[in-house]
Amino acid sequence: MKPAAFEYCRPDTLEEALAALAEFADDAAVMSGGLSLGALLNTRLVQPAAVIDINRITGLDRIEVTGSMLHTGPLVRQADALNSPLIGEALPLLAAALPNVGHYQTRSRGTLAGSVAHADPSAEIPLCLAVLGGEVELASSRGRRRVGAGDFIQGALETGREGDEMLAGLLWPKSQSGDGVAFIEVSERHGDFAIAAAAAVARRDGDALRYTLGLGGIEDRARLTSGSAPAAASAFAELAEQAAGDLARQLDPMQDRRASAAYRRHLAGHLGAQALEQALVRAGMEGGT
Amino acid sequence: MMRLGLGERRRISCTVNGVARSGFAEGRTLLSDFLRHELNLYGTHVGCEHGVCGACTVILDSRLARSCGTLAMQADGAEITTIEGLGDSDREPALREAFSRHGALQCGFCTAGVLLSVKHFLQHNPKPSDGEIRDMLSGHLCRCTGYEGMVRAIAEVAEGQP
Repeated sequence: MKPAAFEYCRPDTLEEALAALAEFADDAAVMSGGLSLGALLNTRLVQPAAVIDINRITGLDRIEVTGSMLHTGPLVRQADALNSPLIGEALPLLAAALPNVGHYQTRSRGTLAGSVAHADPSAEIPLCLAVLGGEVELASSRGRRRVGAGDFIQGALETGREGDEMLAGLLWPKSQSGDGVAFIEVSERHGDFAIAAAAAVARRDGDALRYTLGLGGIEDRARLTSGSAPAAASAFAELAEQAAGDLARQLDPMQDRRASAAYRRHLAGHLGAQALEQALVRAGMEGGT
Repeated sequence: MMRLGLGERRRISCTVNGVARSGFAEGRTLLSDFLRHELNLYGTHVGCEHGVCGACTVILDSRLARSCGTLAMQADGAEITTIEGLGDSDREPALREAFSRHGALQCGFCTAGVLLSVKHFLQHNPKPSDGEIRDMLSGHLCRCTGYEGMVRAIAEVAEGQP
Protein backbone atom coordinates (compact mmCIF):
# COMPACT_ATOMS: atom_id res chain seq x y z
CA MET A 1 0.00 0.00 0.00
CA LYS A 2 1.64 3.18 -1.19
CA PRO A 3 0.22 6.69 -1.46
CA ALA A 4 -0.94 7.95 -4.84
CA ALA A 5 1.37 10.65 -6.21
CA PHE A 6 1.00 14.10 -4.71
CA GLU A 7 2.85 17.37 -4.76
CA TYR A 8 4.91 17.76 -1.59
CA CYS A 9 5.08 21.19 0.06
CA ARG A 10 7.28 21.94 3.06
CA PRO A 11 6.57 25.48 4.24
CA ASP A 12 8.95 27.23 6.65
CA THR A 13 6.33 29.64 7.96
CA LEU A 14 2.62 29.54 8.74
CA GLU A 15 2.04 32.18 6.03
CA GLU A 16 3.63 29.89 3.43
CA ALA A 17 1.48 27.00 4.61
CA LEU A 18 -1.69 29.09 4.32
CA ALA A 19 -0.69 30.31 0.85
CA ALA A 20 -0.20 26.70 -0.29
CA LEU A 21 -3.56 25.72 1.21
CA ALA A 22 -5.24 28.57 -0.66
CA GLU A 23 -3.54 27.52 -3.89
CA PHE A 24 -4.75 23.92 -3.68
CA ALA A 25 -8.12 24.92 -2.20
CA ASP A 26 -10.02 21.75 -1.34
CA ASP A 27 -7.35 19.36 -2.56
CA ALA A 28 -4.52 19.57 0.00
CA ALA A 29 -3.90 17.58 3.17
CA VAL A 30 -1.99 19.04 6.11
CA MET A 31 0.45 16.61 7.71
CA SER A 32 1.60 16.97 11.30
CA GLY A 33 2.52 13.68 13.02
CA GLY A 34 1.22 11.62 10.09
CA LEU A 35 -0.24 8.94 12.36
CA SER A 36 -3.75 9.29 10.93
CA LEU A 37 -3.04 10.89 7.56
CA GLY A 38 -0.28 8.38 6.78
CA ALA A 39 -2.74 5.49 7.03
CA LEU A 40 -5.31 7.30 4.88
CA LEU A 41 -2.68 8.08 2.23
CA ASN A 42 -1.25 4.55 2.18
CA THR A 43 -4.67 2.93 1.85
CA ARG A 44 -5.58 5.63 -0.71
CA LEU A 45 -8.71 6.54 1.20
CA VAL A 46 -7.50 10.07 0.49
CA GLN A 47 -5.62 11.09 -2.64
CA PRO A 48 -4.89 14.80 -2.25
CA ALA A 49 -3.20 16.82 -5.00
CA ALA A 50 -0.77 18.12 -2.37
CA VAL A 51 0.50 17.24 1.09
CA ILE A 52 1.53 20.23 3.15
CA ASP A 53 4.05 19.12 5.76
CA ILE A 54 3.98 21.63 8.63
CA ASN A 55 6.63 19.89 10.77
CA ARG A 56 9.40 22.40 9.98
CA ILE A 57 7.42 25.49 10.96
CA THR A 58 8.87 26.82 14.21
CA GLY A 59 6.70 27.94 17.09
CA LEU A 60 3.74 25.66 16.41
CA ASP A 61 4.60 23.36 19.32
CA ARG A 62 3.84 25.81 22.12
CA ILE A 63 1.55 25.29 25.07
CA GLU A 64 0.48 28.72 26.30
CA VAL A 65 -1.91 30.15 28.88
CA THR A 66 -4.18 32.85 27.47
CA GLY A 67 -6.47 34.08 30.24
CA SER A 68 -8.81 31.28 31.30
CA MET A 69 -7.76 29.12 28.35
CA LEU A 70 -4.80 26.97 27.49
CA HIS A 71 -3.75 27.22 23.83
CA THR A 72 -1.99 24.22 22.31
CA GLY A 73 -0.31 24.78 18.95
CA PRO A 74 -0.83 22.43 15.99
CA LEU A 75 2.50 20.65 16.56
CA VAL A 76 2.06 19.84 20.26
CA ARG A 77 2.87 16.11 20.33
CA GLN A 78 0.72 13.81 22.44
CA ALA A 79 3.77 12.51 24.33
CA ASP A 80 4.86 16.07 25.18
CA ALA A 81 1.33 16.93 26.33
CA LEU A 82 1.34 13.83 28.54
CA ASN A 83 4.64 14.93 30.11
CA SER A 84 3.64 18.59 30.46
CA PRO A 85 3.22 19.76 34.08
CA LEU A 86 1.13 22.67 32.76
CA ILE A 87 -1.36 20.31 31.10
CA GLY A 88 -1.32 18.00 34.13
CA GLU A 89 -2.40 20.90 36.32
CA ALA A 90 -4.67 22.90 34.01
CA LEU A 91 -6.25 20.04 32.03
CA PRO A 92 -6.56 16.99 34.29
CA LEU A 93 -9.23 15.48 32.03
CA LEU A 94 -6.91 15.53 29.02
CA ALA A 95 -4.05 14.22 31.18
CA ALA A 96 -6.29 11.31 32.25
CA ALA A 97 -7.30 10.56 28.66
CA LEU A 98 -3.86 10.77 27.01
CA PRO A 99 -2.52 7.39 28.21
CA ASN A 100 -5.42 5.87 26.22
CA VAL A 101 -4.50 7.75 23.03
CA GLY A 102 -2.76 5.30 20.73
CA HIS A 103 0.44 3.74 21.99
CA TYR A 104 3.78 4.88 23.45
CA GLN A 105 5.16 4.79 19.91
CA THR A 106 2.37 6.70 18.17
CA ARG A 107 2.14 9.42 20.84
CA SER A 108 5.79 10.27 20.19
CA ARG A 109 4.97 12.10 16.93
CA GLY A 110 1.15 12.17 16.97
CA THR A 111 -0.31 15.62 17.73
CA LEU A 112 -3.32 16.83 19.71
CA ALA A 113 -4.56 18.98 16.82
CA GLY A 114 -4.04 16.21 14.26
CA SER A 115 -6.37 13.94 16.20
CA VAL A 116 -9.06 16.66 16.28
CA ALA A 117 -8.61 17.44 12.56
CA HIS A 118 -8.88 13.73 11.72
CA ALA A 119 -12.17 13.41 13.69
CA ASP A 120 -12.25 9.68 14.29
CA PRO A 121 -15.49 8.95 16.21
CA SER A 122 -13.58 6.97 18.85
CA ALA A 123 -10.81 9.52 19.39
CA GLU A 124 -10.24 10.63 22.97
CA ILE A 125 -8.80 14.11 22.34
CA PRO A 126 -11.81 15.58 20.51
CA LEU A 127 -14.09 13.98 23.14
CA CYS A 128 -12.21 15.80 25.92
CA LEU A 129 -12.21 19.08 23.98
CA ALA A 130 -15.99 18.84 23.51
CA VAL A 131 -16.70 17.94 27.17
CA LEU A 132 -14.57 20.87 28.35
CA GLY A 133 -16.36 23.25 25.97
CA GLY A 134 -13.12 24.04 24.13
CA GLU A 135 -12.63 25.58 20.73
CA VAL A 136 -10.75 24.91 17.53
CA GLU A 137 -8.76 27.79 16.04
CA LEU A 138 -8.71 27.79 12.24
CA ALA A 139 -6.39 29.88 10.11
CA SER A 140 -6.44 30.66 6.41
CA SER A 141 -5.03 33.42 4.24
CA ARG A 142 -8.47 35.05 4.75
CA GLY A 143 -7.96 35.32 8.50
CA ARG A 144 -8.63 33.38 11.67
CA ARG A 145 -11.77 32.07 13.30
CA ARG A 146 -12.75 29.94 16.26
CA VAL A 147 -15.32 27.16 16.25
CA GLY A 148 -16.70 25.32 19.27
CA ALA A 149 -15.44 21.74 19.45
CA GLY A 150 -19.02 20.41 19.30
CA ASP A 151 -19.73 22.28 16.06
CA PHE A 152 -16.35 21.59 14.48
CA ILE A 153 -16.77 17.82 14.29
CA GLN A 154 -19.68 17.01 12.01
CA GLY A 155 -19.37 13.25 11.69
CA ALA A 156 -16.87 10.45 11.17
CA LEU A 157 -13.80 12.12 9.58
CA GLU A 158 -16.02 15.13 8.77
CA THR A 159 -15.25 18.58 10.16
CA GLY A 160 -16.19 22.21 9.59
CA ARG A 161 -12.70 23.01 8.28
CA GLU A 162 -12.83 24.85 4.95
CA GLY A 163 -10.50 23.60 2.22
CA ASP A 164 -8.09 26.51 2.59
CA GLU A 165 -7.94 26.35 6.38
CA MET A 166 -5.65 24.56 8.81
CA LEU A 167 -5.90 24.06 12.54
CA ALA A 168 -3.88 26.82 14.16
CA GLY A 169 -4.44 25.44 17.63
CA LEU A 170 -6.84 24.16 20.23
CA LEU A 171 -8.28 26.29 23.02
CA TRP A 172 -8.92 24.43 26.26
CA PRO A 173 -10.81 26.04 29.17
CA LYS A 174 -8.56 25.57 32.18
CA SER A 175 -9.70 23.44 35.06
CA GLN A 176 -10.43 25.22 38.34
CA SER A 177 -9.31 24.08 41.74
CA GLY A 178 -11.91 21.66 43.09
CA ASP A 179 -13.14 20.43 39.69
CA GLY A 180 -13.74 16.69 39.45
CA VAL A 181 -12.83 14.83 36.25
CA ALA A 182 -12.90 11.21 35.11
CA PHE A 183 -12.06 9.36 31.91
CA ILE A 184 -12.79 5.67 31.26
CA GLU A 185 -12.67 3.65 28.08
CA VAL A 186 -12.98 0.10 26.83
CA SER A 187 -10.96 -1.10 23.84
CA GLU A 188 -9.73 -4.45 22.54
CA ARG A 189 -6.24 -3.80 23.85
CA HIS A 190 -5.17 -0.77 25.86
CA GLY A 191 -4.35 1.96 23.34
CA ASP A 192 -6.47 0.59 20.52
CA PHE A 193 -9.41 2.59 19.20
CA ALA A 194 -12.06 2.95 21.89
CA ILE A 195 -15.16 0.79 21.54
CA ALA A 196 -16.69 3.20 24.02
CA ALA A 197 -15.22 6.06 26.03
CA ALA A 198 -16.70 8.27 28.73
CA ALA A 199 -15.35 11.64 29.88
CA ALA A 200 -16.92 13.66 32.69
CA VAL A 201 -16.26 16.97 34.44
CA ALA A 202 -18.02 18.40 37.49
CA ARG A 203 -17.65 21.80 39.14
CA ARG A 204 -19.09 23.18 42.34
CA ASP A 205 -21.41 26.15 41.84
CA GLY A 206 -22.85 27.24 45.21
CA ASP A 207 -24.96 24.35 46.53
CA ALA A 208 -24.87 22.48 43.24
CA LEU A 209 -22.41 20.48 41.19
CA ARG A 210 -22.67 21.28 37.49
CA TYR A 211 -21.57 18.43 35.29
CA THR A 212 -21.00 17.50 31.65
CA LEU A 213 -20.72 13.90 30.51
CA GLY A 214 -19.50 12.95 27.04
CA LEU A 215 -19.59 9.58 25.33
CA GLY A 216 -17.24 8.75 22.46
CA GLY A 217 -16.98 5.81 20.07
CA ILE A 218 -20.74 5.18 20.16
CA GLU A 219 -22.02 7.40 17.36
CA ASP A 220 -20.17 9.20 14.57
CA ARG A 221 -19.10 11.95 17.02
CA ALA A 222 -19.04 12.63 20.76
CA ARG A 223 -22.44 12.99 22.43
CA LEU A 224 -22.85 15.14 25.53
CA THR A 225 -25.30 15.71 28.36
CA SER A 226 -25.14 18.36 31.08
CA GLY A 227 -26.97 18.85 34.34
CA SER A 228 -26.55 19.50 38.01
CA ALA A 229 -26.60 17.61 41.27
CA PRO A 230 -26.95 18.79 44.87
CA ALA A 231 -23.43 19.18 46.26
CA ALA A 232 -24.52 17.92 49.68
CA ALA A 233 -25.77 14.57 48.34
CA SER A 234 -24.36 11.58 50.22
CA ALA A 235 -24.01 9.52 47.04
CA PHE A 236 -24.12 10.17 43.31
CA ALA A 237 -24.41 6.64 41.91
CA GLU A 238 -28.15 6.75 41.24
CA LEU A 239 -28.08 10.18 39.62
CA ALA A 240 -25.08 9.22 37.47
CA GLU A 241 -26.75 6.00 36.35
CA GLN A 242 -29.92 7.90 35.46
CA ALA A 243 -28.12 10.64 33.50
CA ALA A 244 -25.83 8.23 31.61
CA GLY A 245 -28.72 5.81 30.98
CA ASP A 246 -30.90 8.60 29.57
CA LEU A 247 -28.11 9.67 27.20
CA ALA A 248 -27.28 6.09 26.16
CA ARG A 249 -30.95 5.35 25.32
CA GLN A 250 -31.07 8.33 22.93
CA LEU A 251 -28.04 7.14 20.96
CA ASP A 252 -27.99 5.18 17.74
CA PRO A 253 -24.77 3.19 18.27
CA MET A 254 -22.40 2.11 15.51
CA GLN A 255 -21.99 -1.57 14.85
CA ASP A 256 -18.77 -3.19 13.68
CA ARG A 257 -16.55 -6.25 13.96
CA ARG A 258 -15.63 -5.34 17.54
CA ALA A 259 -19.00 -4.62 19.08
CA SER A 260 -22.73 -4.81 18.35
CA ALA A 261 -24.96 -1.76 18.70
CA ALA A 262 -26.54 -3.30 21.80
CA TYR A 263 -23.17 -3.88 23.46
CA ARG A 264 -22.06 -0.32 22.66
CA ARG A 265 -25.28 1.04 24.23
CA HIS A 266 -24.67 -1.11 27.31
CA LEU A 267 -21.08 0.15 27.57
CA ALA A 268 -22.17 3.75 27.04
CA GLY A 269 -24.57 3.61 29.97
CA HIS A 270 -22.19 1.71 32.20
CA LEU A 271 -18.99 3.69 31.52
CA GLY A 272 -20.92 6.96 31.47
CA ALA A 273 -22.37 6.24 34.93
CA GLN A 274 -18.95 5.30 36.32
CA ALA A 275 -17.20 8.37 34.91
CA LEU A 276 -19.93 10.77 35.99
CA GLU A 277 -20.10 9.35 39.50
CA GLN A 278 -16.32 9.62 39.89
CA ALA A 279 -16.28 13.22 38.65
CA LEU A 280 -19.15 14.20 41.00
CA VAL A 281 -17.57 12.49 44.02
CA ARG A 282 -14.25 14.22 43.34
CA ALA A 283 -15.89 17.63 42.88
CA GLY A 284 -17.96 17.09 46.01
CA MET A 285 -14.90 16.42 48.12
CA GLU A 286 -12.95 19.23 49.73
CA GLY A 287 -10.29 20.28 47.23
CA GLY A 288 -11.45 17.99 44.43
CA THR A 289 -9.01 16.44 41.96
CA MET B 1 9.13 26.71 0.92
CA MET B 2 10.45 23.49 -0.55
CA ARG B 3 8.14 22.03 -3.22
CA LEU B 4 8.37 18.82 -5.13
CA GLY B 5 6.04 18.30 -8.08
CA LEU B 6 4.24 15.13 -9.14
CA GLY B 7 6.72 12.38 -10.00
CA GLU B 8 9.69 14.65 -9.30
CA ARG B 9 12.62 13.13 -7.40
CA ARG B 10 14.98 14.85 -5.01
CA ARG B 11 18.12 13.91 -3.15
CA ILE B 12 17.58 13.29 0.55
CA SER B 13 20.57 13.55 2.87
CA CYS B 14 20.38 12.30 6.42
CA THR B 15 22.44 10.68 9.14
CA VAL B 16 21.56 7.04 9.60
CA ASN B 17 23.11 5.22 12.54
CA GLY B 18 25.75 7.93 12.78
CA VAL B 19 26.75 7.74 9.10
CA ALA B 20 25.93 10.40 6.49
CA ARG B 21 23.75 8.80 3.81
CA SER B 22 21.81 10.04 0.82
CA GLY B 23 19.41 8.73 -1.75
CA PHE B 24 16.56 9.81 -4.00
CA ALA B 25 12.87 9.97 -3.22
CA GLU B 26 9.58 11.28 -4.58
CA GLY B 27 7.19 13.24 -2.39
CA ARG B 28 5.12 10.14 -1.81
CA THR B 29 8.03 7.83 -1.00
CA LEU B 30 7.63 6.34 2.47
CA LEU B 31 10.58 6.48 4.87
CA SER B 32 10.37 2.68 5.22
CA ASP B 33 10.80 2.24 1.44
CA PHE B 34 13.58 4.85 1.33
CA LEU B 35 15.53 3.02 4.04
CA ARG B 36 15.07 -0.37 2.39
CA HIS B 37 15.29 0.38 -1.30
CA GLU B 38 17.50 3.49 -1.51
CA LEU B 39 19.82 2.89 1.43
CA ASN B 40 19.64 -0.93 1.32
CA LEU B 41 18.89 -1.11 5.04
CA TYR B 42 16.57 -4.10 4.96
CA GLY B 43 16.47 -4.54 8.74
CA THR B 44 13.50 -2.17 8.95
CA HIS B 45 10.57 -4.49 8.32
CA VAL B 46 7.34 -3.49 6.63
CA GLY B 47 4.27 -5.21 8.05
CA CYS B 48 0.81 -3.64 7.84
CA GLU B 49 1.94 -0.45 6.10
CA HIS B 50 -0.69 1.66 7.81
CA GLY B 51 0.84 2.40 11.17
CA VAL B 52 -0.72 -0.37 13.25
CA CYS B 53 1.75 -3.25 13.61
CA GLY B 54 4.89 -1.38 14.68
CA ALA B 55 7.33 -3.54 12.67
CA CYS B 56 8.73 -0.51 10.81
CA THR B 57 9.39 1.59 13.94
CA VAL B 58 12.59 3.69 13.82
CA ILE B 59 13.94 6.59 15.87
CA LEU B 60 13.70 9.86 13.92
CA ASP B 61 15.27 12.90 15.59
CA SER B 62 14.82 11.40 19.07
CA ARG B 63 11.19 10.45 18.50
CA LEU B 64 9.77 7.06 17.66
CA ALA B 65 8.28 7.00 14.17
CA ARG B 66 6.29 4.47 12.22
CA SER B 67 8.48 4.72 9.12
CA CYS B 68 5.56 3.56 6.92
CA GLY B 69 3.57 6.63 8.04
CA THR B 70 6.47 9.00 7.61
CA LEU B 71 7.57 10.47 4.30
CA ALA B 72 11.17 10.12 3.15
CA MET B 73 11.15 13.91 2.66
CA GLN B 74 10.63 14.30 6.40
CA ALA B 75 13.96 12.57 7.02
CA ASP B 76 15.85 15.19 5.01
CA GLY B 77 18.56 16.48 7.34
CA ALA B 78 17.38 14.23 10.16
CA GLU B 79 19.13 11.74 12.40
CA ILE B 80 17.73 8.24 12.16
CA THR B 81 18.43 5.10 14.13
CA THR B 82 17.44 1.77 12.60
CA ILE B 83 17.99 -1.77 13.83
CA GLU B 84 21.34 -1.82 12.02
CA GLY B 85 22.47 0.93 14.40
CA LEU B 86 21.92 -1.11 17.54
CA GLY B 87 25.26 -2.50 18.50
CA ASP B 88 27.58 -2.33 21.43
CA SER B 89 26.56 0.88 23.17
CA ASP B 90 24.50 1.31 26.35
CA ARG B 91 22.41 -1.70 27.24
CA GLU B 92 22.15 -2.97 23.68
CA PRO B 93 24.30 -6.10 24.12
CA ALA B 94 22.42 -6.95 27.34
CA LEU B 95 19.11 -6.43 25.56
CA ARG B 96 20.10 -8.70 22.69
CA GLU B 97 21.30 -11.39 25.05
CA ALA B 98 18.18 -11.16 27.23
CA PHE B 99 15.84 -11.32 24.22
CA SER B 100 17.61 -14.46 23.09
CA ARG B 101 17.63 -16.15 26.50
CA HIS B 102 13.97 -15.37 27.32
CA GLY B 103 12.60 -16.44 23.94
CA ALA B 104 11.50 -12.86 23.30
CA LEU B 105 11.66 -13.46 19.56
CA GLN B 106 10.89 -16.34 17.27
CA CYS B 107 10.46 -15.39 13.61
CA GLY B 108 12.05 -11.99 14.23
CA PHE B 109 9.73 -10.00 11.99
CA CYS B 110 8.52 -7.64 14.73
CA THR B 111 11.83 -7.63 16.61
CA ALA B 112 13.57 -4.77 14.78
CA GLY B 113 10.78 -2.36 15.63
CA VAL B 114 10.40 -3.69 19.16
CA LEU B 115 14.09 -3.19 19.97
CA LEU B 116 14.04 0.43 18.79
CA SER B 117 10.98 1.06 20.95
CA VAL B 118 12.74 -0.54 23.90
CA LYS B 119 15.87 1.57 23.36
CA HIS B 120 13.79 4.78 23.33
CA PHE B 121 11.60 3.60 26.23
CA LEU B 122 14.48 2.72 28.55
CA GLN B 123 16.19 6.03 27.79
CA HIS B 124 13.08 7.87 28.98
CA ASN B 125 12.00 5.43 31.69
CA PRO B 126 15.08 3.55 33.00
CA LYS B 127 13.19 1.72 35.78
CA PRO B 128 9.79 0.83 34.32
CA SER B 129 7.15 -1.25 36.08
CA ASP B 130 5.85 -4.43 34.46
CA GLY B 131 2.65 -2.53 33.67
CA GLU B 132 4.58 0.21 31.88
CA ILE B 133 6.55 -2.37 29.88
CA ARG B 134 3.33 -4.10 28.81
CA ASP B 135 1.76 -0.75 27.93
CA MET B 136 4.77 0.15 25.76
CA LEU B 137 4.70 -3.25 24.03
CA SER B 138 1.01 -2.76 23.13
CA GLY B 139 2.32 -0.65 20.24
CA HIS B 140 3.75 -3.75 18.57
CA LEU B 141 2.12 -6.83 17.13
CA CYS B 142 3.96 -10.11 17.68
CA ARG B 143 2.28 -13.31 16.56
CA CYS B 144 4.94 -15.72 17.85
CA THR B 145 5.88 -15.09 21.43
CA GLY B 146 2.84 -13.98 23.38
CA TYR B 147 5.00 -11.08 24.62
CA GLU B 148 5.82 -12.68 28.00
CA GLY B 149 9.46 -13.30 27.07
CA MET B 150 9.81 -9.68 25.95
CA VAL B 151 8.38 -8.40 29.24
CA ARG B 152 10.83 -10.58 31.21
CA ALA B 153 13.80 -9.62 29.04
CA ILE B 154 13.12 -5.87 29.25
CA ALA B 155 12.49 -6.02 33.02
CA GLU B 156 15.75 -7.89 33.53
CA VAL B 157 17.79 -5.42 31.49
CA ALA B 158 16.14 -2.50 33.30
CA GLU B 159 17.07 -4.02 36.64
CA GLY B 160 20.62 -4.32 35.40
CA GLN B 161 20.86 -7.99 36.35
CA PRO B 162 22.15 -10.77 34.13
